[in-house]
Amino acid sequence: MSEWNQDTDAMLSVEGLQVNYGDFIAVKDASLSVPYCEIVSVVGTNGAGKSTLFDCVAGVVKPRAGRVFFKGEDITALPAHEVVAKGLTLVPQGSRCFIRMTVEENLIMGSYTKKARKDRAATLKKTYELFPVLFEKRNDLSGSLSGGQRQMVAIGRALMNRPEMILFDEISLGLAPTVIKDIYARIKEINRDGVTAVLIEQDVKRSLRTSSRCNVMLKGKVVLTGSSRELTEEKIKAAYFGV
Amino acid sequence: MTQAIINGILLGGLYAIVGVGMSVIFGIVRLTNLAHGEFVILATYLSLAVTRSTGMNPLLSLVIVAPIMFGVGFLIQNTMVNRLLPRGQEAPLLVMFGLSIIIQNVLLQFFSADAQHLRHGNDTASLSFGSAVVPVMFLIDCIIGVIVIIALNFFMKKTYTGNAIRAVSDDNTAARIMGVNVSLIYGAAMGIAMVTAAVAGVLVGMTYNFYPTTGSQYLIISFGVVVIGGMGSIKGTLVAGLVFGLAQLLGAYFFGTSLQLLSGYIIILIMLAVRPQGLFAK
Repeated sequence: MSEWNQDTDAMLSVEGLQVNYGDFIAVKDASLSVPYCEIVSVVGTNGAGKSTLFDCVAGVVKPRAGRVFFKGEDITALPAHEVVAKGLTLVPQGSRCFIRMTVEENLIMGSYTKKARKDRAATLKKTYELFPVLFEKRNDLSGSLSGGQRQMVAIGRALMNRPEMILFDEISLGLAPTVIKDIYARIKEINRDGVTAVLIEQDVKRSLRTSSRCNVMLKGKVVLTGSSRELTEEKIKAAYFGV
Repeated sequence: MTQAIINGILLGGLYAIVGVGMSVIFGIVRLTNLAHGEFVILATYLSLAVTRSTGMNPLLSLVIVAPIMFGVGFLIQNTMVNRLLPRGQEAPLLVMFGLSIIIQNVLLQFFSADAQHLRHGNDTASLSFGSAVVPVMFLIDCIIGVIVIIALNFFMKKTYTGNAIRAVSDDNTAARIMGVNVSLIYGAAMGIAMVTAAVAGVLVGMTYNFYPTTGSQYLIISFGVVVIGGMGSIKGTLVAGLVFGLAQLLGAYFFGTSLQLLSGYIIILIMLAVRPQGLFAK
């Protein structure tokens, strides 16, 4: 870990990852590199393997082949609960709040790791400042919230872990445009506080606007990667559909 | 009538503590713990062994029995059930059934088939409330049962381990992402269920006679409490215990003692027909 240099080395580096579900190959030889403190996006059609890639990085599913390095350390074999303790947190698709627990209990679960527990009060205050609506609803069951608010709970819960990197898996899915805009503004704010962000997004325009680097996945592979300034929407769309 | 109501309520506290462990495991590990009755009676016999060799009060023996039961639960969960859970519901169900038979026979081997009783100072003492005469032991059962259940509820709401147990039962994967080691939490949940079984076992042994085969009787009570209260709801088990206890004793009052058990079961059937998810299902 001591060899990792945040200015020259990638914070997250995925090399030749393959993930199978039974006979189905969801991710095939995927590689990805995320520099420190940037926002990196991953786009691609449904079934391109984006979520599986994230789940595998977070330790939720095990890869068949390949390596995942976080801050220079090999975390490929680590189970999910140990990955999160390293400072890498996933906001899963569909928010996956603990629906029978209150908003505040959800957030408190975010500070479950030993490292996060001692800063719980301060982080909770910060999270409520970022999402004031969560403070208003702190005693409500998260299952009673709207989709956008649940997404905020999921993001807040991830922040409670005091992560150095957050993987956002399609947080805009099924949300109204104004809510999406609001949540993306928060992500930029979180990033300004020094948290590296990787996000899966279906909307190519929004992903180019938000991220500094963009990756396109097709049939389990990362087929195009580059800085968001250089990549045009046309180039991405060509890679997106594999034409 | 007053007598039946008071006894029913007090009995309800005992039924609630008997059933709460089963409800916890149902709700969190999604396992039908067919050995729960035997676990209750195992604790009763452990207490018998401790009280016989040390002469201490059965309630005090919990200081030794409860940690042992926690350890047994944690071990059973981590060495057997956790390995089988990915293969579906049948395998762990059969393991628990097998364990219940093993426990029965081990108890038979060591303690014989004779009726036993956990002796204490208040075996025959009673209190009178107006026209009603209540055995002191019933009162103790109810008070301790309710206190343990309230403490359990507090634990589930206010500690990281308790919150993790609830989180795992809501969304196993999301809990893992938050840093929860699910196997350990399942082990802790089973251990906690066993501690409630230990308390239930000691109270049962102080209140009634018991045999190595008594477990199945308490398994059925536990099922009743879980069905009426709703799986995994701690508040629900408390209310369910009261409903079940009252149903039995009021049934006995109106239709005769021979129909006491039947009237309890009829309430279960009505619940299954009208509200199969239980009173407090979430």
